Amino acid sequence: MSTTPIQEHFYPDTKLSPDVLIRLHELMLRSRLLEERLIRMQKQGDGYFWIGGPGEEAFNVALGLLVDKGRGPAHDYLHLHYRSSATMVAMGIDPADAMRQMKNTATDPYSGGRNFVNHYSIPEWNVVPVSSPIEVQFSMAPGTALVQKRFGGRGITIVQGGDAGTAEGDFASCLIWATRPGMELPVLMIVTNNEFGISTPAAEQHGEKRIADRGKAFGMQTAVVDGNDPETAYLGIKQAMDYVRSERRPFLLEAKVSRLYGHSSSSGANFVTGESDCLAKFEKRLEERGILSRQKMDELRVQETQALLEMSKRVRTEPQPKGPTIYDHVFAPTEVGGEAKARQDAMCAVANPAAINNKEQS
Amino acid sequence: MATMVQAIRMALHVGEERLGVTDVFGQDLGPPLGGVFTQSQGIKCSWNSPLDERGIIGCAIGLALAGARPVCEIQFCDYAYNIIDLLKLGGGMYWSSNGQWNLPLVMMTPVGSGIHGSIYHSHSFDATATHIPGWKIVMPSNPRDAYGLMLSAIADPNPVMFLAPKALLRAKALPGEEIPGEPDERALSKMIDAPLGDRSKWTPSWPATPDLFIPIGKASTVRPGRDVTCVAYGRMVPLCKKAADELASDGIDVEVIDLRTLIPYDWEHLRESISRTGRVLFVNEDTEVTNFGEHLLRRTVEELFYQLLAPPRLLAGAFVPGVGLADALDTASVPQKTEISSVLRELARHQP
Ligand SMILES: Cc1ncc(C[n+]2csc(CCOP(=O)(O)OP(=O)(O)O)c2C)c(N)n1
Repeated sequence: MSTTPIQEHFYPDTKLSPDVLIRLHELMLRSRLLEERLIRMQKQGDGYFWIGGPGEEAFNVALGLLVDKGRGPAHDYLHLHYRSSATMVAMGIDPADAMRQMKNTATDPYSGGRNFVNHYSIPEWNVVPVSSPIEVQFSMAPGTALVQKRFGGRGITIVQGGDAGTAEGDFASCLIWATRPGMELPVLMIVTNNEFGISTPAAEQHGEKRIADRGKAFGMQTAVVDGNDPETAYLGIKQAMDYVRSERRPFLLEAKVSRLYGHSSSSGANFVTGESDCLAKFEKRLEERGILSRQKMDELRVQETQALLEMSKRVRTEPQPKGPTIYDHVFAPTEVGGEAKARQDAMCAVANPAAINNKEQS
Repeated sequence: MATMVQAIRMALHVGEERLGVTDVFGQDLGPPLGGVFTQSQGIKCSWNSPLDERGIIGCAIGLALAGARPVCEIQFCDYAYNIIDLLKLGGGMYWSSNGQWNLPLVMMTPVGSGIHGSIYHSHSFDATATHIPGWKIVMPSNPRDAYGLMLSAIADPNPVMFLAPKALLRAKALPGEEIPGEPDERALSKMIDAPLGDRSKWTPSWPATPDLFIPIGKASTVRPGRDVTCVAYGRMVPLCKKAADELASDGIDVEVIDLRTLIPYDWEHLRESISRTGRVLFVNEDTEVTNFGEHLLRRTVEELFYQLLAPPRLLAGAFVPGVGLADALDTASVPQKTEISSVLRELARHQP
């Protein structure tokens, strides 16, 4: 069972240096502006559907800064969801790539125009494909964590989902698989709790007061952090991560976050008043503490906005994928029974006569 | 000669020794049992998972994403229905990431009726499985094919479903169905069947069997014939072959094809045979509405219509919610030899 007592809350006593705070701010701002640009693109017809994470920047940027980025089990695996754009921005994606996915261009590096915006997939950084079904990532996380457990080192598996999704069996799967006695897995389970499913309030969905408490039955370390405060979030994530990295055991971290533009474009994607805005609050604090001036922050905002606008204009001109490419990448090429490959192609093609015709045309 | 379950075990052994298999896992696959059909006895990397099918397939996907080579099992295919979305996710991983992530994993699961398994241990999975793009799907009908297809499934960089017809798991191999290098039946059993009772000190001694890869996507003609083509897979293959052998005494010469791989299926092989005989029967056990055989039939009609001498036929399981326990219910649910014979006879006699 767990080696240290289960913690109720984090009370970080360390403070972050001004450098880190400035970095956090820059990335939070870039993430917010990117999402706002993506929303605008969708509303202007440069994309079909928007879903993303404005409101979660404080937590997700902190997470992205703390990830051990790289390929293979020595580094962290990320099983994220569609509100994780700020984590990706903090890890260093080119924001234009998110726009490419929004515009479903052939140049979209994550899915080649096949998947929704903010559905990342970056093998070089162990970011496994984000998928639409809620919570399935919690079933997959024990697999990558098992490889890391065997591998040793300090790489961990990070899996993240929303609060409503914890009702799915996959969440229970992860609790069970990560905590088998003697086979505990290095998984950081994160629930970003914005108190809503699409429109269903948390109170109508589940009875437990704190989702993190579900880890207690499994002898897990758990904590709840204020995900709207980048400092608390940073220190909370770091503490949880350090535990998982060194103990090779799971940790369940619940972060209270806001959902600033509703569920997705299907609910309008308009700014919601009445939710706490982590960026606005942080900017106020930075100003009060004399770390950044209002003017400096305004300048940065103008600069970033302009850069993102330019990017979106460029992305708009990039090519769309061609219809017949739907037959690409159904199967990875195989050396085994090589002749079967031709058969495979014949099957795909002839079963879809339209495809043959398209192929001839293209 | 090996039974199919012994063949699977030997293939898993070759898999972990020479093909990089890292995990053979699922409910009861680890010691002491080694699988409810004994399929993983003596496999060093086998382990017991929680009773959680979603967790099993999810973990296999995670393992494969992180570079491991897992073989996982769903104890009976009837219980794979609660993992359909994860199968869709796994099958779609390569495509939806535009070729960035492939999943080298095998999911094995016992399928079909024939062991009086009643409502929840008799179902077939081929119709459902073939409806989930991105998976290769194999179903052996004899020990040699089981061995060779399992090796190919393991070596394939894609997710492969290995559907094991449970009624054939313990059936004796026929001449020609042996695995090169295997000793005789008694010697083999002594070497690789775990003893009853305490197994804690037992270790298997594996015969030296070769890397026999039976290519995925290649059918085999198990009985050449002139008059009618009969296409089957899994448990229906020996049944169709028997029916065909019997019809020979009436002067009806049936060609029996074992599809072996359902996806990607060997259309060239089928086309050649059907074009030659002009008459075809597809046989499988799954329920008949929206059946994989219907797809083959549709393609036959669309592409070979003018070569046909008789309406192509499908014999499949009854479209009812389950396979009943009582003998008569069990046999009424899935195609039987007499039925197969009579349809083959009708087809052979049909005059255009
Ligand atoms: C398995 C599944 N069921 C239903 C949906 C439709 N859906 C999309 S988002 C969502 C709400 C998710 O809420 P939560 O888990 O709290 O995450 P949030 O979006 O609030 O971050 C639902 C029901 C889905 N994508 N997947």
